[in-house]
Amino acid sequence: MKLITAVVKPHRLDEIKEALQAFGVHGLTVTEASGYGRQRGHTEVYRGAEYTVDLVPKIRIEVLAEDDDADQLIDVIVKAARTGKIGDGKVWSLPVETAVRVRTGERGPDAL
Amino acid sequence: MASAAITLAAEAPKLSSANTGFMLIASALVLIMTPGLAFFYGGMVRVKSTLNMLMMSFISIGIVTILWVLYGFSLAFGTHNGLIGWDSDWFGLSKVGLTDLWPGYTIPIFVFMVFQMMFAVITPALISGALADRVKFSAWSLFVALWLTVVYVPVAHWVWGADGWAYKLGVIDFAGGTAVHINAGAGALGVILVIGKRVGFKKDPMRPHSLPLVMLGAGLLWFGWFGFNAGSWLGNDDGVGALMFVNTQVATAAAMLAWLAYEKIRHGAFTTLGAASGAVAGLVAITPSGGAVSPMGAIAVGVIAGVACAAAVGLKYKFGFDDSLDVVGVHMVGGIAGSLLIGLFASGKGQSAVKGLFYGGGMHQFWIQCAGVFAVLFYSLIVSAILAFLLDKTIGMRVTEDEEISGIDQAEHAETAYDFSGAGGGLGSSPSVAATETKKVDA
Repeated sequence: MKLITAVVKPHRLDEIKEALQAFGVHGLTVTEASGYGRQRGHTEVYRGAEYTVDLVPKIRIEVLAEDDDADQLIDVIVKAARTGKIGDGKVWSLPVETAVRVRTGERGPDAL
Repeated sequence: MASAAITLAAEAPKLSSANTGFMLIASALVLIMTPGLAFFYGGMVRVKSTLNMLMMSFISIGIVTILWVLYGFSLAFGTHNGLIGWDSDWFGLSKVGLTDLWPGYTIPIFVFMVFQMMFAVITPALISGALADRVKFSAWSLFVALWLTVVYVPVAHWVWGADGWAYKLGVIDFAGGTAVHINAGAGALGVILVIGKRVGFKKDPMRPHSLPLVMLGAGLLWFGWFGFNAGSWLGNDDGVGALMFVNTQVATAAAMLAWLAYEKIRHGAFTTLGAASGAVAGLVAITPSGGAVSPMGAIAVGVIAGVACAAAVGLKYKFGFDDSLDVVGVHMVGGIAGSLLIGLFASGKGQSAVKGLFYGGGMHQFWIQCAGVFAVLFYSLIVSAILAFLLDKTIGMRVTEDEEISGIDQAEHAETAYDFSGAGGGLGSSPSVAATETKKVDA
């Protein structure tokens, strides 16, 4: 199994969810995150004092996938997340040792 | 004989139900300014010191109310000499009759006393904004009591006491430009010069944590300020209170627009904090001057104050003093602007026949205003600095650096302002747990 993690622009969440559903993914986890890459931050002004805010709001999406599906799933996410502008984010995957469905105790790919 | 008696009776003011009712409402309006101020300041600090900022204002309501009843009112408004008042009948309000009228007016002494109490409550609270994130709550509480006694009370007597020297000199301060705003602003400057900067000042970002709270606070201040300003005429038999009411609205609107325009030109955006700050700057500037100027004059006062304060708030970075929430930049500068502009814009058709430079009265009143402004400024600056120095050398003014960095709310109040986590704070504290037991909270 693989854990696919995507850190992307918040407004792409709906498109990514729809694309993943169409692909047959049943569940995912979404977290609000902040960070920066090449996009860097922005400037805010409070009573004339300028603050450079380095961290940009992002969302982190986490999906578990079977090994055979992983590459294709990454492509689905990348396609749905892409706007072509700087700051679109990153997607990566990691190997997963095991997964358990808490309700039934099923292990491995059955738990997905 | 009969006609003479009638004339005499007509000359002595009688209790007016209308004025008394209006003044009781005005007193309540001035009270709401202090919680309003608490939110105005509370939204501007970082999350970790929100509660401390709120409490610095609220504690003033508690302390000042009691001290005012005990001796503050007597010292501020009794007739004694030009520097300080005293009236033993008013000590603890022990010998004040229910229908004893405030001399020369149509409202009971009790009403005047409580109206002035609300002014005394908010003035030390104004200082708290300069001291954000870093002052021990016990030291602050003691400071409020001492500052009220040796700074606010005498200055209020100078400016408003029947035998106060500034009042007799002819200094015009309708509702507290000198006694409240310059006094608090200069006091704040005195204290921060002694206690120093927040950890990370000019290095760490210190963004306001909740601008909606700031706007709510500014709105409450604006609303309550009608009582503060229009109420200061102590009745409305000659229309001056209504003029003050109108000018309060006009100058505040003008100052808000002026601050926003300044900001748009200088920094490229119309900010929420700018709108709130501009409104407060206008309220401050019209406070001394609103009874003396025309509504057109009020527009000028508002615009000048809005721009002056917007320009002044940046100075702390240049000079390196940490006036955290710009008490000096808004209240001292706005108070000076409003007080001095009387010397230029007094129309002669408001509270008195005094005319300013632009209405053919020359510079005479301007110099009188200068005397009041700078006497209050330097007195408050110096005495406040001495108070802070003495407190710092005895009980210590500041929390430790650790406590300041991890958050003064937890260190001084054992609380957290917000718990947004669904599970977080609630764990382990079922209602059956006795209140005395220590509850475990992951925060």
